[in-house]
Amino acid sequence: MSAETLVEQLKGGLDAPICLTWELTYACNLECIHCLSSSGRRDPRELDTPQAKAVIDELRRLQVFYVNIGGGEPMVRRDFFEIVSHAVDNGVGVKFSTNGAFIDTDAARRLAAMDYLDIQISIDGADEPTNDAVRGAGSFATARRAMDNLAASGFGPFKISVVVTRHNVAQLDAFKALADSYGAQLRITRLRPAGRGADTWHQLHPTNVQQREIHRWLLAHGENVLTGDSFFHLNAFGESLPGLNMCGAGRVVCLIDPVGDVYACPFVIHSDFRAGNVLDAGGFTRVWRESDLFRELREPQGAGACASCGAWDACQGGCMAAKFFTGLPLDGPDPECVGGDGERALASVPVALAPRPWPDHSKPARTRIPVAGQ
Amino acid sequence: MTLTLDTACELDPRVSLRPEPFGALAYHYGNRRLVFLRHPDIVAVVRDLADHGSVRDALVARGVATERWPGFVSALESLRNSEIVRVR
Repeated sequence: MSAETLVEQLKGGLDAPICLTWELTYACNLECIHCLSSSGRRDPRELDTPQAKAVIDELRRLQVFYVNIGGGEPMVRRDFFEIVSHAVDNGVGVKFSTNGAFIDTDAARRLAAMDYLDIQISIDGADEPTNDAVRGAGSFATARRAMDNLAASGFGPFKISVVVTRHNVAQLDAFKALADSYGAQLRITRLRPAGRGADTWHQLHPTNVQQREIHRWLLAHGENVLTGDSFFHLNAFGESLPGLNMCGAGRVVCLIDPVGDVYACPFVIHSDFRAGNVLDAGGFTRVWRESDLFRELREPQGAGACASCGAWDACQGGCMAAKFFTGLPLDGPDPECVGGDGERALASVPVALAPRPWPDHSKPARTRIPVAGQ
Repeated sequence: MTLTLDTACELDPRVSLRPEPFGALAYHYGNRRLVFLRHPDIVAVVRDLADHGSVRDALVARGVATERWPGFVSALESLRNSEIVRVR
């Protein structure tokens, strides 16, 4: 079977997702300015332990081989190890993303003793100033300590996960060197204007000159660097990057949020892309297979305003979430269209008209209290 | 060693297969690789490998036409490189 036919079949949707993200909690010790899920405070409706285990049992029945666990900070949950153990003991592998704050020497030893477990430590700068400007004061040191602890525990090759921004493109080699120094694998992904990122995307997203740099860098290092296939819009530069060149939302990927809501992908936490809830009758399986939203996403999608562009086959119009949260039509160019069409389209969208990410679990803004004597 | 029609192989026990309309998804729990098996016939042959003394016997048993054998051998060789299939 040719690659084209396979991709066509994947676009039509499968009986179960290939890759599923599950945000375990909206609670987080950090307040990253580009957080996709606007995390901070725990949602009181968060799935409890038995409900979380039931989700895993369903994923096992669907033969979902592994789940990407995130948050918020998933290790904040007191039942974190219980949920992860239940998954790996039932053949559902776990890859979880963490800021590392809770990976002390004991936790590292405990993690190292588990099978079918991958860990991604997030950093968004190869040095403290670059990272902490996005992820908060002290977060770089915290992440490095977690990496040190994992390395010392004999966990093996963990992953270092980086969201590429305007301020860290120049550090791609440094990230790679850091990963290599730990025997770790580097993962870089695209910045999306989702969650709190909707407010910061305009300042953080790479410039078009930098996008060309990212494309070149990935062509040179792509075999050893993971991307979650998130940079396929760069294929319009010419040479294609490795991976499936398609938007997987509702077709081969989806997101389960902490309260059990199912969204088309991790980057579209918004009521327009909510397909149902795992607690509904028929559970996750019914949402995945029968929701109107997912059925619609599996219909053939036209090129719309991009139809006359010669690069459409290469970039497929880019990322649905990036278009949605910047207020662009879904059947037009990606805001980071390498041909500049997105930028031109953006110029005509009043910022106020872009959809607001919702729900928002950000912590309330803190008021600085003056300290006597300062 | 290159995989040939005479090689005896089997599906790696750490691999799980999920049937799909295009063939199957294969997931290796050890190296965490996800591989697409792009035809139902290759899925059937891969499942049968352990019951036969050679790739040839497995192809014959499944009634795969001889002109398709070279394609199956190279597909199996690539599956061995991703550790989905192993030589026994």
